[in-house]
Amino acid sequence: MVFQMKTVAIVDYGMGNLRSVAKAVEHVAPDHQVLVTADPAVLAAADRIIVPGQGAMPDCMRELKACGLADAVVTAAATKPFLGICIGLQMLFEHSDEGDVAGLGIFPGQVRRFPGEAMHDAAGVPLKVPHMGWNEVWQAAAHPLWNGIADGERFYFVHSYYVEPATPDLIAGSTLYGPSFTSAVARANIFAVQFHPEKSAAAGLRLLDNFMRWQP
Amino acid sequence: MLAKRIIPCLDVKAGRVVKGVNFVSLRDAGDPVEIARRYDEQGADEITFLDITASSDDRDIILHIVEAVASEVFIPLTVGGGVRKVEDVRRLLNAGADKVGMNTAAVQNPQLVADAAAKVGSQCIVVAIDAKQTSPGKWEVFTHGGRNNMHIDAIDWARQVAALGAGEILLTSMDRDGTKNGFDLGLTRAVADAVAIPVIASGGVGNLQHLADGVTQGRADAVLAASIFHYGEYTVRQAKEFMRAQGIEVRL
Repeated sequence: MVFQMKTVAIVDYGMGNLRSVAKAVEHVAPDHQVLVTADPAVLAAADRIIVPGQGAMPDCMRELKACGLADAVVTAAATKPFLGICIGLQMLFEHSDEGDVAGLGIFPGQVRRFPGEAMHDAAGVPLKVPHMGWNEVWQAAAHPLWNGIADGERFYFVHSYYVEPATPDLIAGSTLYGPSFTSAVARANIFAVQFHPEKSAAAGLRLLDNFMRWQP
Repeated sequence: MLAKRIIPCLDVKAGRVVKGVNFVSLRDAGDPVEIARRYDEQGADEITFLDITASSDDRDIILHIVEAVASEVFIPLTVGGGVRKVEDVRRLLNAGADKVGMNTAAVQNPQLVADAAAKVGSQCIVVAIDAKQTSPGKWEVFTHGGRNNMHIDAIDWARQVAALGAGEILLTSMDRDGTKNGFDLGLTRAVADAVAIPVIASGGVGNLQHLADGVTQGRADAVLAASIFHYGEYTVRQAKEFMRAQGIEVRL
């Protein structure tokens, strides 16, 4: 009998630092084969899917389509444990203000830009955009991916746009930067985060570990 | 709320950390991977590597270092030094860097900042500005480790690189660098107030109060230091505890 390793596919559509995500997943899940791939057939065969993404949403959507991966990602999001990171979260929604571009429309809602100069901290100092650094994530409800992670734990963020779900029941976590924004969403087999678990030290590794064990 | 970041900076030459790092029980004071792991354990928010390799023959060594560190240390890594073209940026990111710093090349060719940001995204592009005070309230941009005055106003240059697409500014006072007299708070505040992107203060840290001052008076979003951490005078954790006691938001 041939022992078949479980597989996790990291979707490679040419945007962002996939090595970081792959290294972090390899670190927490040595029992899995980590496939960084642009092949829809590999996505279809994988046990679980991670969609990272960096840079600008219009570029990400264009490249995703150019690679012929948009349909494969939508199918994966409907069928298997799915983790979206950063733009991989934003693209799940209907539309982004960034470049006035359509997303995959899996979730109802919009992607908005931080108003920048209009936001101030408690001391009245304008908040910088991008939102860059370690900020607290407040969990909306218990979820298997939050196992062992304290409410209000800090994760590493770097982004200028954030998601605004049309249905509040999607919200799995929120973060304060100026106003409170949605930093994690969850529904059925999908979990997606605005922060970078692969760059968030022990808390981020724990979240990835939770994802790799998740049986939705 | 968003935490202010503390960033240890390591000078790397041909794959070895130079200027020595003096942690208790460190097996190899020159091993970038082991040192990065220690800083991660202490709670460093990011780590910056400055590649000071002189010989172009040894340039690629930094790629292997970044790769090795990125396999074991899961916090943001910034790498600067010797970045000349967009291809250099891309190769460092592919090796596992999260952000790439550029300095002299950006001054000589500002379009590089725009081209790199367009290719890999602003969030990956850090422009390092080395500034020296030339008259009261005025600072100018220097290159080549503070030797060459480019006769460019540092505040104007900061605004320009932000407009070109830089995601962050690493601001070093060449007057204070190595002095242990604290950041140039006037310079830091002037740049932090001039741009809407995050500013990292650098140059001159000699004690923990200096770090706190960089945030409270200089309005820096992050503070970078080398020697106070390397020689074991303070741990990153001690620095954070000190800053928290002064009401500064930190990750502890």
